Amino acid sequence: MSGGTFVGMPAFPAAAREAVGDTTLRANLRHATHTIRNKRARAVAELSDWDLLREAGKQIKDHTLRHLDRYLVQLEESVERAGGTVHWACDAEEANRIVADLVRATGETEVVKVKSMATQEIGLNEALEAEGIRAYETDLAELIVQLGRDRPSHILVPAIHRNRGEIRDIFRKEMADWGRPAPDGLTDTPTELAEAARLHLREKFLRAKVGISGANFMVAETGTLVVVESEGNGRMCLTLPETLISVVGIEKVVPGWRDLEVFLQTLPRSSTAERMNPYTSMWTGTTDQDGPNAFHLVLLDNGRTDTLADEVGRQALRCIRCSACLNVCPVYERAGGHAYGSVYPGPIGAILSPQLRGTGSDIDASLPYASSLCGACYEVCPVAIDIPEVLVHLRERVVQGGEATRGGNRVMLKPAKGHAAERAAMRAAGLAFARPGALRAGQRLASRTRRLHPRTLPGPGRAWSASRDLPEVPVEPFRDWWQRTRGDGSGGTTEGNAQ
Amino acid sequence: MSGRDRVLGRVRRALADVPADDLAYETAVDRGYAREHGGRTVEETVDLLAENLADYRAIVHRCTEDEVSDLLMRLYAERGSETVLVPPELPPHWLAAADPVRIHDRAVSTPHQLDRVDSVITGCALAIAETGTIVLDGSPDQGRRRITLVPDHHVCVVRVPGQVVASVPQALERLAPLRPLTWISGPSATSDIELDRVEGVHGPRTLEVVLMSGA
Ligand code: SF4
Repeated sequence: MSGGTFVGMPAFPAAAREAVGDTTLRANLRHATHTIRNKRARAVAELSDWDLLREAGKQIKDHTLRHLDRYLVQLEESVERAGGTVHWACDAEEANRIVADLVRATGETEVVKVKSMATQEIGLNEALEAEGIRAYETDLAELIVQLGRDRPSHILVPAIHRNRGEIRDIFRKEMADWGRPAPDGLTDTPTELAEAARLHLREKFLRAKVGISGANFMVAETGTLVVVESEGNGRMCLTLPETLISVVGIEKVVPGWRDLEVFLQTLPRSSTAERMNPYTSMWTGTTDQDGPNAFHLVLLDNGRTDTLADEVGRQALRCIRCSACLNVCPVYERAGGHAYGSVYPGPIGAILSPQLRGTGSDIDASLPYASSLCGACYEVCPVAIDIPEVLVHLRERVVQGGEATRGGNRVMLKPAKGHAAERAAMRAAGLAFARPGALRAGQRLASRTRRLHPRTLPGPGRAWSASRDLPEVPVEPFRDWWQRTRGDGSGGTTEGNAQ
Repeated sequence: MSGRDRVLGRVRRALADVPADDLAYETAVDRGYAREHGGRTVEETVDLLAENLADYRAIVHRCTEDEVSDLLMRLYAERGSETVLVPPELPPHWLAAADPVRIHDRAVSTPHQLDRVDSVITGCALAIAETGTIVLDGSPDQGRRRITLVPDHHVCVVRVPGQVVASVPQALERLAPLRPLTWISGPSATSDIELDRVEGVHGPRTLEVVLMSGA
């Protein structure tokens, strides 16, 4: 799965339709997203200066991205000064090769891993396996996913699609193959399941010689890396092994130590709705006799510089992976994370994946349509990424083609073939429009559309509008606008009507 | 060309549209956000710390410096701890009355040996009231990072009010970035199974925080 496309994934609409029919999945998702969403609103309300923190977070990230070369070089100096080694990887293959070589140099054939989106994105576990190295995921949810030979479906709660009965069955059936078997008579209470995981993984932590992690932030000024987590598996992987390898996207750098004061307030409240997550680890290079004596940082591009080259799309690189946008998204709630065919699901996945990977495949071409454009994702985003704006921009490019950067080179993209994109759009829309409540926030799109004031509709509507004059778009509920501009009164509100 | 040159080259080409006179770091970010939330007296800040720690299921105790050794003795006895890990420069009088066998934090101890210890006792670098967080920085009264991770029971003594700050920004101002830092807010927890919070997957399942005021 180099490049991170899940092999054999159908495009978003097909996958989403299947998922929507799965009632267990939908019940789990609904419970989960609503629970986190409500708690998050309370956690955010505790901070009277939330809007200022959000704006500061946006400004820090924008500033960093605009001088990314300078901050990466500074980071490299700081990390090396503190006793670490820095490696640079253009793509997944290069990153995997670097990590595999580093592991092999230690003589070990096992590594413990703390959950990391970057290593999922590059398919590190599979690449290591091909080299005869076994990577153990140690986050409880990742363990569930790994034992179930499954894919994660949520940034924060990767096994959100599994209920406790399923988890018990997976543990009973699979644990023995990977190490310590599940205790006899394991029931499906969360306490017992967590205890089984604790025993199973502890064995691995205590003997591990190599740990692999990602990072939430890297501080250029000091060379400090930050990992935010709950369970302690992160601390285990970061401190017990002799060698630590961190694979981190280049966009995770922030200029200064004080910048952490913004993100350590906004990230936990946005993601797990906590005032602070149970554990945060910060380390700078290596420390004498405390923690690993070798530290390697692999800086990963893998499409990030291509994303950076896009003036509208580059804001996606501000993302701090809090997953708040997933929990408010009506499309995600119904379709689940797997439908996105990407390690980055939900609204952020819909704009990040097609930029990191290009829009060449059906799944990537359909992702910018995996949204109702209701704007809820923008409202919750702690770094104010205007996801609807980027979606509209990407849709336009899927349909019309246009200039983009791929692998560091400027290329002209051809318009997507046939009406595949249009069909994708209509079906994705159908998911949201089948549920009226999802559209209550529609005014945002109406005003946005007014601002864009398109002579032609963006996205697949363009073919339709090419032969008609678009009326001036008034501020009105989006659904009315949609039905009117769709013209035939059927409004494309059900999948069956989708063209 | 090295990976480094290629990545940096791509970054520079991608940023070709950025105007040269862009704002410097010092002026690029509006730092108008709060340094702390709400005005509180010193006492109220300590109360808030206690409240937020308890809210995240840490067990909070209060005592004076004179009472700390009796309190610790009682905590270990209640739990039946027979061994306790001790950082190199823990104030000796804290454990003056405690029964458990002291195990010293030594570089040569293996993780398996640490795993057999019942409890650990440490001081801290500071504690953050608004978030209910204690921060360890590896100072001699706290020891190596792993000693507060492997045993199942962690007792942490916070000197109040001296070590208490109100907020995250105030905490970062007082911490040294080059030290390894561990921020702890409540015991290890997971919500991965149907979002039910379960204490303790890998870290200590019991966190007891002693708020110790001067004698
Ligand atoms: S896009 Fe914003 S809300 Fe979504 S995960 Fe990223 S930071 Fe969080």
